[in-house]
Amino acid sequence: MSTLTLRQAPPERLDFLNINPLALSRLSQGEVERLEIGTTRTGVRLGDCFSVSLDKSDTLTIEGGHERLDRVGASLSEGAIRVTGDVGQRLGAGMAGGSLTITGNAGPYAASGATGGTITIAGDAGDYAGGAVYAAKVGLDGATLIIRGNAGAHLGDRMRRGTILAGRAGAMAGSRMIAGTLAALAVGDHPGLGMRRGTLVLGAHGRMAATFVETGAHDLVFLRLLSKALRGLSPEHADLLAKPLRRYSGDLATIAKGEIWVAA
Amino acid sequence: MSDLSLNGIPVVDTFAEAFDVAGTAIIVTNDTAKWAMIAATTMTGFATSVIGCGAEAGIDAELSPEETPDGRPGVRILLFGFEPNGLKEQLIKRVGQCILTCPGTACYAGVEGPTKIKLGGAIRYFGDGFAVAKRLPDATGKERRYWRIPVMDGEFLCEDSVRAVDGAVGGGNLLFLGRTHAETLKVAEVAVEAAKAVPGAILPFPGGIVRSGSKVGGRTKGMMASTNDAYCPTLKGRAGSALPAECGVVLEIVIDALTSQGVSDSMRAGLHAATEIGGKHGLIAVTAGNYGGNLGRHHYHLRDLIARDDAKLEG
Repeated sequence: MSTLTLRQAPPERLDFLNINPLALSRLSQGEVERLEIGTTRTGVRLGDCFSVSLDKSDTLTIEGGHERLDRVGASLSEGAIRVTGDVGQRLGAGMAGGSLTITGNAGPYAASGATGGTITIAGDAGDYAGGAVYAAKVGLDGATLIIRGNAGAHLGDRMRRGTILAGRAGAMAGSRMIAGTLAALAVGDHPGLGMRRGTLVLGAHGRMAATFVETGAHDLVFLRLLSKALRGLSPEHADLLAKPLRRYSGDLATIAKGEIWVAA
Repeated sequence: MSDLSLNGIPVVDTFAEAFDVAGTAIIVTNDTAKWAMIAATTMTGFATSVIGCGAEAGIDAELSPEETPDGRPGVRILLFGFEPNGLKEQLIKRVGQCILTCPGTACYAGVEGPTKIKLGGAIRYFGDGFAVAKRLPDATGKERRYWRIPVMDGEFLCEDSVRAVDGAVGGGNLLFLGRTHAETLKVAEVAVEAAKAVPGAILPFPGGIVRSGSKVGGRTKGMMASTNDAYCPTLKGRAGSALPAECGVVLEIVIDALTSQGVSDSMRAGLHAATEIGGKHGLIAVTAGNYGGNLGRHHYHLRDLIARDDAKLEG
């Protein structure tokens, strides 16, 4: 297991796009320490902030996270990255495979555009987790995002595929959703606003938009499959499906193929 | 008649000639085993011969809730056709008319294989634009795509595509030469039970038994197949009859399986079961049907099936 240990708080925002187990395994100790990770003209290098210990394995641990560490695990395709502490924005953006585990909190746009792999945040996530960045067509696109703590607003905005699980989430969870599955124990106002397709499973919610219509309670085979799929990720979320559920269909302002299941 | 015997019953030293076919399996589930079986029985009706029915189909096994993707009772159905396109057409028609229509059913792929057959992805058009697709991982973590089609009892859930296997074989057979109809039917029934217990094998004819064995072509122009006159007891004594004087009835079992080994195992099980009780029921001999060995690639020699397993061949 290779390890990067934070020696001091970063002097500026750092870009970890190119820091992953596969890339590090091809480089020498000196080359790794000289990797540029700064985002200003000062030219901060990895060795300036971190102690580096390499073993060519497919696992990388970042000891001592910080909210200035941006794009950690972005474009990761294989292997595992574990961060002890917080990370900044765009955690795992565009990730295609492997696993990413954060013991602290994550900034906004976590897992944006991620097509594969599993991202687990033990703490809280900022706004637009699993959501689309500015001008992007899609948010989460096939990966699995698990937020054990709370998520901000617009969780899963424009997500197209994959699964998001969260504890509590802010307003507009699943907004503009294209497809996929989002489950949360509680969300704020207007869940699923503008969603086209996709499934929201909610323990509780704030105000529901007027463009959703209740279709009643249904015992569908699909819910059995979804429950099985969720149980391996989070029994707490799978248990939502064991309760009596009310189903809302919408958003009727779009093609209205989305659905929101609410535990009674 | 033969220098081979099993359990004291003569076994003709010949072979069953079988063919490469396209084969697939689906799993149909329902809230109760009763309704899963109703759906499966309906879908596998009129599927005895690929020549006349477009497909050969049968029920492979009843599945417990632990064995199905959605945790409900289910049935595994096997379907065979001449080639993948014909199989696809039959599969869509039969699922569309018999599974989609049955209250409470859901439909899943029942076998892995190299050839993809779009099933839910074709039937979804019944949903008139209201159907939605969903990708979910199965028990092994593999992502599977399902279509959810709104119907009047809720939703019909159907897997997007199923798979056709390579190496499926159709046409394994055994012929039982007996004295009376009732006694020979009893022997054939026992053989059917043993043969269909082999996983991945079905016997598509009524009750697994066919009384109208056929030969290729006929005296009437245009006939693809006609009665197997050599084994018709009312034609005994004529040139070409293969029946001994004491034979009064011949019944055949036909076997299709997803693998050649499945046909072999199923024929072996049927042969042994039939001969074990054959002495009590007037079984005269067991033989097999073939076309001289020139039409089908798979030849199952009864000599090889007398041994309990492939490793112990004896004559």
